[in-house]
Amino acid sequence: MKVNVRQRDGVTILDLKGKITIGVGDVALRNAVQDAINGGATKVVINLKDVTTIDSSGVGELVSAYTTATNRGAKLSLANLPSKVSDILQITQLITVFDVFDSEDEAVRSF
Amino acid sequence: MSDEKSFHLAIGSRFENIELVQLVLKDSLDQLGLDDDNRHWIDVAVREAVANAIKHGNLQDPAKQVHVDLALEGNEGHEDWLVIRVQDEGRGFDPAELEDPLAPENLLKPNGRGIFYMKSFMDDIQYGARPGGGTVVTLRKRLNPLEPDDPARPARTRERQA
Repeated sequence: MKVNVRQRDGVTILDLKGKITIGVGDVALRNAVQDAINGGATKVVINLKDVTTIDSSGVGELVSAYTTATNRGAKLSLANLPSKVSDILQITQLITVFDVFDSEDEAVRSF
Repeated sequence: MSDEKSFHLAIGSRFENIELVQLVLKDSLDQLGLDDDNRHWIDVAVREAVANAIKHGNLQDPAKQVHVDLALEGNEGHEDWLVIRVQDEGRGFDPAELEDPLAPENLLKPNGRGIFYMKSFMDDIQYGARPGGGTVVTLRKRLNPLEPDDPARPARTRERQA
Protein backbone atom coordinates (compact mmCIF):
# COMPACT_ATOMS: atom_id res chain seq x y z
CA MET A 1 0.00 0.00 0.00
CA LYS A 2 1.10 3.56 -0.69
CA VAL A 3 0.30 6.54 1.47
CA ASN A 4 0.40 10.10 0.17
CA VAL A 5 0.13 12.88 2.73
CA ARG A 6 -1.05 16.38 1.78
CA GLN A 7 -2.56 19.46 3.39
CA ARG A 8 -5.76 21.19 2.34
CA ASP A 9 -7.39 24.10 4.18
CA GLY A 10 -5.77 23.12 7.49
CA VAL A 11 -6.78 19.48 7.08
CA THR A 12 -4.28 16.61 6.73
CA ILE A 13 -5.38 14.25 3.96
CA LEU A 14 -3.98 10.71 3.81
CA ASP A 15 -4.51 9.19 0.37
CA LEU A 16 -4.27 5.41 0.65
CA LYS A 17 -3.70 3.28 -2.43
CA GLY A 18 -3.70 -0.53 -2.73
CA LYS A 19 -4.21 -3.17 -0.06
CA ILE A 20 -4.57 -2.42 3.65
CA THR A 21 -3.70 -5.92 4.78
CA ILE A 22 -1.69 -7.68 7.46
CA GLY A 23 2.05 -7.18 7.59
CA VAL A 24 2.44 -4.33 5.14
CA GLY A 25 -0.52 -2.03 4.59
CA ASP A 26 -1.64 -2.06 8.20
CA VAL A 27 1.79 -0.88 9.41
CA ALA A 28 2.00 1.83 6.75
CA LEU A 29 -1.41 3.16 7.81
CA ARG A 30 -0.46 3.12 11.50
CA ASN A 31 2.78 5.02 10.84
CA ALA A 32 1.10 7.60 8.63
CA VAL A 33 -1.59 8.38 11.20
CA GLN A 34 0.89 8.54 14.08
CA ASP A 35 3.22 10.82 12.10
CA ALA A 36 0.33 13.15 11.30
CA ILE A 37 -0.92 13.33 14.90
CA ASN A 38 2.60 13.66 16.31
CA GLY A 39 3.19 16.46 13.81
CA GLY A 40 0.32 18.40 15.34
CA ALA A 41 -2.52 17.56 12.94
CA THR A 42 -5.92 18.04 14.56
CA LYS A 43 -8.09 17.38 11.50
CA VAL A 44 -7.36 14.23 9.50
CA VAL A 45 -9.19 12.71 6.54
CA ILE A 46 -8.32 9.20 5.36
CA ASN A 47 -9.13 9.05 1.66
CA LEU A 48 -9.87 5.41 0.80
CA LYS A 49 -10.77 5.96 -2.86
CA ASP A 50 -7.99 3.77 -4.28
CA VAL A 51 -8.06 0.97 -1.68
CA THR A 52 -8.63 -2.37 -3.40
CA THR A 53 -8.68 -4.79 -0.45
CA ILE A 54 -8.89 -4.45 3.30
CA ASP A 55 -8.68 -7.29 5.81
CA SER A 56 -9.38 -7.49 9.55
CA SER A 57 -5.91 -6.12 10.35
CA GLY A 58 -6.54 -3.12 8.12
CA VAL A 59 -9.92 -2.58 9.75
CA GLY A 60 -8.19 -2.84 13.14
CA GLU A 61 -5.74 -0.12 12.09
CA LEU A 62 -8.60 2.16 11.03
CA VAL A 63 -10.15 1.63 14.48
CA SER A 64 -6.78 2.33 16.15
CA ALA A 65 -6.37 5.46 14.02
CA TYR A 66 -9.77 6.67 15.19
CA THR A 67 -9.08 6.00 18.88
CA THR A 68 -5.54 7.48 18.65
CA ALA A 69 -6.88 10.66 17.07
CA THR A 70 -9.74 10.95 19.56
CA ASN A 71 -7.48 10.36 22.56
CA ARG A 72 -5.12 13.08 21.32
CA GLY A 73 -7.89 15.59 20.81
CA ALA A 74 -7.87 15.33 17.01
CA LYS A 75 -10.74 14.54 14.66
CA LEU A 76 -10.51 11.83 12.02
CA SER A 77 -12.89 11.15 9.15
CA LEU A 78 -13.09 8.63 6.32
CA ALA A 79 -13.89 9.66 2.75
CA ASN A 80 -14.56 7.99 -0.61
CA LEU A 81 -15.18 4.48 0.67
CA PRO A 82 -15.22 1.88 -2.13
CA SER A 83 -18.28 -0.39 -1.77
CA LYS A 84 -16.18 -3.34 -0.60
CA VAL A 85 -14.60 -1.27 2.18
CA SER A 86 -17.99 0.11 3.15
CA ASP A 87 -19.43 -3.44 3.25
CA ILE A 88 -16.68 -4.75 5.50
CA LEU A 89 -17.11 -1.87 7.97
CA GLN A 90 -20.87 -2.33 7.86
CA ILE A 91 -20.69 -6.04 8.74
CA THR A 92 -18.83 -5.33 11.96
CA GLN A 93 -21.01 -2.30 12.75
CA LEU A 94 -18.08 0.10 12.49
CA ILE A 95 -19.63 2.27 9.81
CA THR A 96 -21.56 4.07 12.56
CA VAL A 97 -18.43 4.60 14.67
CA PHE A 98 -16.55 6.56 12.01
CA ASP A 99 -17.49 9.90 10.48
CA VAL A 100 -17.89 8.77 6.88
CA PHE A 101 -18.25 11.11 3.89
CA ASP A 102 -18.99 10.44 0.23
CA SER A 103 -16.35 12.90 -0.93
CA GLU A 104 -13.18 14.59 0.24
CA ASP A 105 -14.86 17.99 -0.13
CA GLU A 106 -17.63 17.04 2.28
CA ALA A 107 -15.13 15.61 4.75
CA VAL A 108 -12.99 18.76 4.70
CA ARG A 109 -16.03 21.04 5.07
CA SER A 110 -17.33 19.00 8.03
CA PHE A 111 -14.62 20.10 10.48
CA MET B 1 -13.23 -33.30 -8.62
CA SER B 2 -11.81 -31.15 -11.39
CA ASP B 3 -8.06 -31.43 -11.04
CA GLU B 4 -7.23 -28.25 -12.93
CA LYS B 5 -9.12 -26.21 -10.31
CA SER B 6 -7.95 -27.92 -7.14
CA PHE B 7 -4.56 -27.25 -5.58
CA HIS B 8 -2.32 -27.89 -2.61
CA LEU B 9 0.06 -25.20 -1.49
CA ALA B 10 2.54 -25.13 1.40
CA ILE B 11 4.02 -21.76 2.39
CA GLY B 12 6.46 -20.58 5.02
CA SER B 13 4.91 -18.52 7.82
CA ARG B 14 5.52 -15.04 6.43
CA PHE B 15 2.77 -12.53 5.75
CA GLU B 16 4.10 -11.72 2.28
CA ASN B 17 3.36 -15.32 1.30
CA ILE B 18 -0.36 -14.57 1.62
CA GLU B 19 -0.02 -12.89 -1.78
CA LEU B 20 1.24 -16.19 -3.25
CA VAL B 21 -1.88 -17.94 -1.99
CA GLN B 22 -4.02 -15.18 -3.49
CA LEU B 23 -2.43 -15.62 -6.91
CA VAL B 24 -3.07 -19.36 -6.99
CA LEU B 25 -6.54 -18.96 -5.52
CA LYS B 26 -7.46 -16.31 -8.08
CA ASP B 27 -6.64 -18.70 -10.91
CA SER B 28 -8.97 -21.37 -9.48
CA LEU B 29 -11.78 -18.93 -8.76
CA ASP B 30 -11.53 -17.49 -12.28
CA GLN B 31 -11.98 -20.99 -13.73
CA LEU B 32 -15.06 -21.59 -11.58
CA GLY B 33 -16.85 -18.68 -13.21
CA LEU B 34 -17.75 -16.98 -9.93
CA ASP B 35 -18.86 -13.35 -10.11
CA ASP B 36 -16.60 -10.50 -8.97
CA ASP B 37 -18.28 -10.10 -5.58
CA ASN B 38 -17.98 -13.78 -4.68
CA ARG B 39 -14.38 -13.93 -5.82
CA HIS B 40 -13.52 -10.88 -3.72
CA TRP B 41 -15.18 -12.14 -0.53
CA ILE B 42 -13.75 -15.66 -0.86
CA ASP B 43 -10.35 -14.02 -1.35
CA VAL B 44 -10.80 -12.00 1.85
CA ALA B 45 -11.99 -15.06 3.83
CA VAL B 46 -8.98 -17.13 2.73
CA ARG B 47 -6.68 -14.18 3.44
CA GLU B 48 -8.02 -14.09 7.02
CA ALA B 49 -7.61 -17.86 7.47
CA VAL B 50 -4.02 -17.87 6.21
CA ALA B 51 -3.14 -14.76 8.25
CA ASN B 52 -4.50 -16.44 11.39
CA ALA B 53 -2.52 -19.61 10.64
CA ILE B 54 0.69 -17.60 10.24
CA LYS B 55 0.14 -15.27 13.19
CA HIS B 56 -1.76 -17.24 15.84
CA GLY B 57 -1.06 -20.81 14.70
CA ASN B 58 2.58 -20.85 13.67
CA LEU B 59 3.50 -17.68 15.60
CA GLN B 60 5.32 -16.44 12.47
CA ASP B 61 7.93 -19.18 12.77
CA PRO B 62 9.21 -19.35 9.16
CA ALA B 63 10.24 -22.98 9.68
CA LYS B 64 6.60 -23.92 10.16
CA GLN B 65 4.36 -24.19 7.15
CA VAL B 66 0.80 -23.27 6.35
CA HIS B 67 -0.98 -25.71 4.05
CA VAL B 68 -3.78 -24.54 1.79
CA ASP B 69 -5.92 -27.01 -0.17
CA LEU B 70 -8.75 -26.19 -2.53
CA ALA B 71 -11.16 -28.83 -3.79
CA LEU B 72 -14.62 -29.15 -5.23
CA GLU B 73 -16.97 -31.52 -3.45
CA GLY B 74 -20.30 -33.02 -4.42
CA ASN B 75 -21.65 -35.72 -6.68
CA GLU B 76 -19.93 -36.61 -9.94
CA GLY B 77 -20.62 -33.84 -12.44
CA HIS B 78 -22.46 -31.79 -9.79
CA GLU B 79 -19.77 -30.24 -7.63
CA ASP B 80 -21.83 -28.06 -5.32
CA TRP B 81 -19.22 -26.94 -2.83
CA LEU B 82 -15.96 -25.09 -3.03
CA VAL B 83 -13.92 -26.34 -0.07
CA ILE B 84 -10.75 -24.60 1.12
CA ARG B 85 -8.74 -26.05 4.00
CA VAL B 86 -6.06 -24.04 5.77
CA GLN B 87 -3.82 -25.93 8.19
CA ASP B 88 -1.10 -24.72 10.50
CA GLU B 89 1.50 -26.51 12.60
CA GLY B 90 0.85 -24.63 15.82
CA ARG B 91 -0.52 -25.60 19.20
CA GLY B 92 -4.20 -25.39 18.34
CA PHE B 93 -6.82 -23.11 19.86
CA ASP B 94 -10.22 -23.23 21.50
CA PRO B 95 -12.90 -21.53 19.36
CA ALA B 96 -14.99 -21.17 22.54
CA GLU B 97 -12.54 -18.49 23.69
CA LEU B 98 -13.42 -16.20 20.78
CA GLU B 99 -15.11 -12.95 21.71
CA ASP B 100 -18.04 -11.39 19.88
CA PRO B 101 -16.62 -8.44 17.88
CA LEU B 102 -20.09 -6.83 17.81
CA ALA B 103 -20.37 -6.63 21.61
CA PRO B 104 -20.24 -2.96 22.65
CA GLU B 105 -17.13 -3.53 24.79
CA ASN B 106 -15.32 -5.07 21.79
CA LEU B 107 -16.44 -2.71 19.04
CA LEU B 108 -13.38 -0.47 19.27
CA LYS B 109 -10.82 -3.23 19.81
CA PRO B 110 -8.14 -3.34 17.10
CA ASN B 111 -8.39 -7.11 16.64
CA GLY B 112 -10.76 -10.07 16.92
CA ARG B 113 -12.71 -9.70 13.66
CA GLY B 114 -10.99 -12.21 11.34
CA ILE B 115 -13.11 -15.26 12.08
CA PHE B 116 -16.27 -13.15 12.09
CA TYR B 117 -15.44 -12.02 8.54
CA MET B 118 -14.75 -15.61 7.46
CA LYS B 119 -18.17 -16.66 8.76
CA SER B 120 -19.81 -13.71 7.04
CA PHE B 121 -18.31 -14.37 3.62
CA MET B 122 -18.50 -18.16 3.46
CA ASP B 123 -21.49 -20.50 3.78
CA ASP B 124 -19.84 -22.76 6.33
CA ILE B 125 -16.70 -22.69 8.46
CA GLN B 126 -15.40 -25.41 10.76
CA TYR B 127 -12.40 -25.74 13.04
CA GLY B 128 -10.65 -28.92 14.04
CA ALA B 129 -7.38 -30.32 15.27
CA ARG B 130 -4.82 -31.22 12.63
CA PRO B 131 -3.39 -34.72 12.89
CA GLY B 132 0.12 -34.34 14.27
CA GLY B 133 -0.63 -30.97 15.85
CA GLY B 134 -2.06 -27.66 14.74
CA THR B 135 -5.40 -26.38 13.56
CA VAL B 136 -7.35 -27.01 10.38
CA VAL B 137 -10.00 -24.53 9.33
CA THR B 138 -12.37 -25.60 6.58
CA LEU B 139 -14.10 -22.88 4.57
CA ARG B 140 -16.99 -23.93 2.35
CA LYS B 141 -18.86 -21.94 -0.29
CA ARG B 142 -21.94 -23.20 -2.12
CA LEU B 143 -21.33 -23.00 -5.87
CA ASN B 144 -24.96 -23.40 -6.91
CA PRO B 145 -26.66 -20.61 -4.98
CA LEU B 146 -29.88 -21.34 -3.14
CA GLU B 147 -33.05 -19.35 -3.74
CA PRO B 148 -32.97 -15.99 -1.90
CA ASP B 149 -35.56 -17.10 0.68
CA ASP B 150 -34.02 -20.51 1.35
CA PRO B 151 -33.42 -20.80 5.10
CA ALA B 152 -30.08 -22.49 4.42
CA ARG B 153 -28.83 -19.23 2.90
CA PRO B 154 -26.63 -17.15 5.26
CA ALA B 155 -28.66 -14.50 7.05
CA ARG B 156 -26.48 -11.64 5.87
CA THR B 157 -27.01 -12.60 2.23
CA ARG B 158 -30.77 -12.94 2.74
CA GLU B 159 -30.92 -9.48 4.26
CA ARG B 160 -28.88 -7.92 1.50
CA GLN B 161 -31.12 -9.45 -1.15
CA ALA B 162 -34.28 -8.21 0.55
